Amino acid sequence: MVDAKPDYLLFDKNTTSIIYGYHQYAIQRMLDFDYVCGRTRPSVAAIVNVECSGWHKAFFGKKEVLVPMYTTTREAAQMHPDADVFINFASYRSAYPTTKEALEIPTIWTLAVIAEGVPERRAKELAMLAKQKGKWIIGPATVGGLMAGAFKIANTGGTIDNIIASKLNRPGSVGLVSISGGMSNEMNNIVARNSDGVYESIATGGDVFPGSTLMDHLLRYEANPEIKMLVCLGELGGNEEYRISDALKSKKIAKPLVIWVTGTCAKIFTTDVQFGHAAAKAEGIEETADAKNKALSEAGAYVPKSFDDFGEKIREVYEQLKAKGTIVEKPEPAIPQVPEDFSAALKAEKIRKAPNIICTISDDSGQELTYAGYPISQVIEKGFTLGDVIGLLWFKRKLPRYASDFIEMALKIMADHGPCVSGAHNAIVTARAGKDMMSSVASGILTIGPRFGGAIDDAARYFKSAYERKLTPKQFMDEMKAQGIKIPGIGHRVKSVQNPDMRVTLLKAYARKNFPATPLLDYALKVEKLTTEKKNNLILNVDGCVGILFMDMMMNSKEFKKHEVESVLELGYLNGLFVLSRTIGMIGHYLDQKRLKQPLYRHPYDDVTYMLPEVRQE
Amino acid sequence: MAQKAIREYDVKKMIARLLPNYSGGSVTIPDKCVQVRLETKFADLEHENPWLVTTKLVVKPDQLIKRRGKVGLVLLDASWDEAKNWITERINKEITSGTVTGRLNTFIVEPFVPHDAKDEYYFAMRSVREGDEILFYRQGGIDVGDVETKAEKLTIGIFDDVDNVDVEGKLLKNVSPDRMAQLAKFIRSTFKLYADNGFAYLEINPIAFAGDRLIPLDLAAKLDDTAGFECKGRWDDIEFPEPFGKRRTPEEEYIHLLDEKSGASLKLTILNPKGRVWTMIAGGGASVIYTDTVVGLGYAGELANYGEYSGDPTTDETYDYARTVIDLMTQEKDERGKILIIGGGIANFTDVAKTFAGIIKALKEYERKLIDNRVKIYVRRGGPNYQEGLKQMRDLGQTLSVPIEAYGPETHMTSIVRIALGGGQ
Repeated sequence: MVDAKPDYLLFDKNTTSIIYGYHQYAIQRMLDFDYVCGRTRPSVAAIVNVECSGWHKAFFGKKEVLVPMYTTTREAAQMHPDADVFINFASYRSAYPTTKEALEIPTIWTLAVIAEGVPERRAKELAMLAKQKGKWIIGPATVGGLMAGAFKIANTGGTIDNIIASKLNRPGSVGLVSISGGMSNEMNNIVARNSDGVYESIATGGDVFPGSTLMDHLLRYEANPEIKMLVCLGELGGNEEYRISDALKSKKIAKPLVIWVTGTCAKIFTTDVQFGHAAAKAEGIEETADAKNKALSEAGAYVPKSFDDFGEKIREVYEQLKAKGTIVEKPEPAIPQVPEDFSAALKAEKIRKAPNIICTISDDSGQELTYAGYPISQVIEKGFTLGDVIGLLWFKRKLPRYASDFIEMALKIMADHGPCVSGAHNAIVTARAGKDMMSSVASGILTIGPRFGGAIDDAARYFKSAYERKLTPKQFMDEMKAQGIKIPGIGHRVKSVQNPDMRVTLLKAYARKNFPATPLLDYALKVEKLTTEKKNNLILNVDGCVGILFMDMMMNSKEFKKHEVESVLELGYLNGLFVLSRTIGMIGHYLDQKRLKQPLYRHPYDDVTYMLPEVRQE
Repeated sequence: MAQKAIREYDVKKMIARLLPNYSGGSVTIPDKCVQVRLETKFADLEHENPWLVTTKLVVKPDQLIKRRGKVGLVLLDASWDEAKNWITERINKEITSGTVTGRLNTFIVEPFVPHDAKDEYYFAMRSVREGDEILFYRQGGIDVGDVETKAEKLTIGIFDDVDNVDVEGKLLKNVSPDRMAQLAKFIRSTFKLYADNGFAYLEINPIAFAGDRLIPLDLAAKLDDTAGFECKGRWDDIEFPEPFGKRRTPEEEYIHLLDEKSGASLKLTILNPKGRVWTMIAGGGASVIYTDTVVGLGYAGELANYGEYSGDPTTDETYDYARTVIDLMTQEKDERGKILIIGGGIANFTDVAKTFAGIIKALKEYERKLIDNRVKIYVRRGGPNYQEGLKQMRDLGQTLSVPIEAYGPETHMTSIVRIALGGGQ
């Protein structure tokens, strides 16, 4: 130990600890406790997290601190030789080996074992090892304990408001020890309401063989001059309380002791009852609560009539000590305000904050994911199509059947167009350069723009505008020509009037059959009639057809508002449709190239014309 | 999670199977014994264990009944036919032993070992804080008397090697020298088995010499059930029966299974299904104190259950737990109405609002039945988020037509019992 504490003290204001197990809440609560106690440095020196090393970020008051995290106890102890408390959150299976390892480390002196269900023989071994080494074990099966105003083990004492309400932020005059971890916090409260509060509070845990016993801690308290009276909560089962009454008789314990042994109800049970704690079972009359309370009372302890009167008994003894001048109440120290946790304050509706992100299409914060309000279970059970899902997430509602089917049809039709188009080609080249799927597909998608795929948007925009301005097909052609723009959606490299594009044929047939009306398509076909007169491959191509039909789909139905049609054009829904669809094909090409183990692509020399400027030799 | 008694049949089978491993094969006990349960067919037993028909037998109920010999529940030196008749006359019948009444449903049958009473010894081992204590007395049997004062005792420290301990000098100084070596060897190997297999208690009374063979005649044992994970493969299908006279109701069984599956702790014992006072208490320590208080106020006869939930159970788990208790308490009406105490201390880390959410859900579900049974509810709790939890309980009281009073840490933990019961009877 770095600082020399008296033997009767397990902790002081400088005590630091190593936490085994990454229990972030417990760690934060320890640090909050530290802060309200006015500690200058956090009580958690290090964390042992077998899964990874690094740093844990936590609050110390208003500031943030980094707590180092190691994968082994040995390493943590080596790096933090002044941390003499080990708080073990390991499960019942690994509590024994991990505690034993920590016991062997010379810088660790006090060990708290939280796990419930540690085999009794193992607990006895640990207790004996600790005894041989002069070390302390608190637990197993406990929440731990605390020294008011100095150090607290893990979750002991609960939240900060309870710490303050039970006056645990500064030392009182009462040494408290209980078996039950849950009850230790209740006892802190009872003691605080009836005296100047606890000096130290330990819960030994409900196992049959705790690492340290009620008696062990009472003797520590007896030796501590700051502690003026003792309070103890025992339990039926075992004979620990007889050791205490013997110690009272022999004056090994001379300070006033207020004690109650719980389990007086056991007499009404006809068969042996195992209460909540492993040790809480009386074997024979002597281990009953009534017998123990009687023995303690006879040995000079202050024993209340029942648990109901426990507080009054404590007050009675406390007032006597105060009257005698043994206890002099100290002024309350100022309590630093711990800022409330954002998440807790939000949950309690104490604060509000304008969110940085707003989302109106899907929600994963409830019990079940929803798309535009439709639970995902309904989406699946009711057989929503991919087109329906696009409706929900792009238009925020269920689209009419003809519309979602059209969207799905467009997705299918545009999913791929062979390896030679620029997007697929880029994806293939990238895949063959050894890149991953994301890079390869991205490389293909990034090719999409005004010349490749982007014509859908433009076709929809120009045709719609011309139609709405009531231009004749001839006027429209002339206007475009005057501006020097090729009409988007018109023209194909291979297909022609004589050799029509099957995809366009299918789309047109679907729209004619299922759409309420197709005025824009009809208009486009009149334009096509004129263009093909000039050159027979200036046909309405698939991009143009999809774009124009999408407009027809929306403009001729009450399902869609005018502003929606505008936003489809403005925000690039149609490009999105192409990107989505073509991604399917690009992933296909990527997988195809990888499966075929194709080597790096290099463009052949003979396919490049080299025409460099001549440099005149001086 | 505690020391639990097991059946004599299981102890005997386990020792017979494992003892050779702890003695280099040199110490064995007979492994002839069979179990008879309600569903057992005698013909099957006979077929698998032909020795039953050719050997004289001992028959005893095997249900953790204390002092069987004293209450005439041991049949000695019987033929198989006599044994069958004896069992048939008693199986599924109620008997009373001491204060406890229960139904017989499990028997152990084994060969009768003729021997002299002077060849009987008392031998026991028990777990103590420093290690384990061995008790040995030169006489044994049902009339051995107070072994606590009579028996030789020897504590084997937790790190001691029993081979290096003076068993002969400390325990066996009063046995005849020609038997000392054999007894010492038996004690040492049995101790090793005991220590290595999660035993917390083992009593063999008597263990007797039949000729030159040492045979345990009557065994009782407790295992520390938390050692189960270390003893996998050696405990096999060992059963942890309820104490004699105690049978789990379907609801207790349901909570028991829930408890086994959960990382939290959920316990329920029905004391009196017609009782008017029902409790739903958080915490192993607090639950005992609430029960003490109800009993202390003179309501032992009205107390319906003991139970607790702790260790941060999920909302679903507290819902299941609460539903089970509320369902039980609303099965039979009592014109005086009923009381439900939802109590607990100040939690360290359990989220009170979260656990209450499960209870509230169950209360809402049973609103009609709670009204019909004139149930009054008293709540007391503290700990993380308790304000929210209590508020929800009070709000529920407003919407549900069931009176609910909710108190926090400013009220002494058990005061609601007095408030609910009106100062005692």
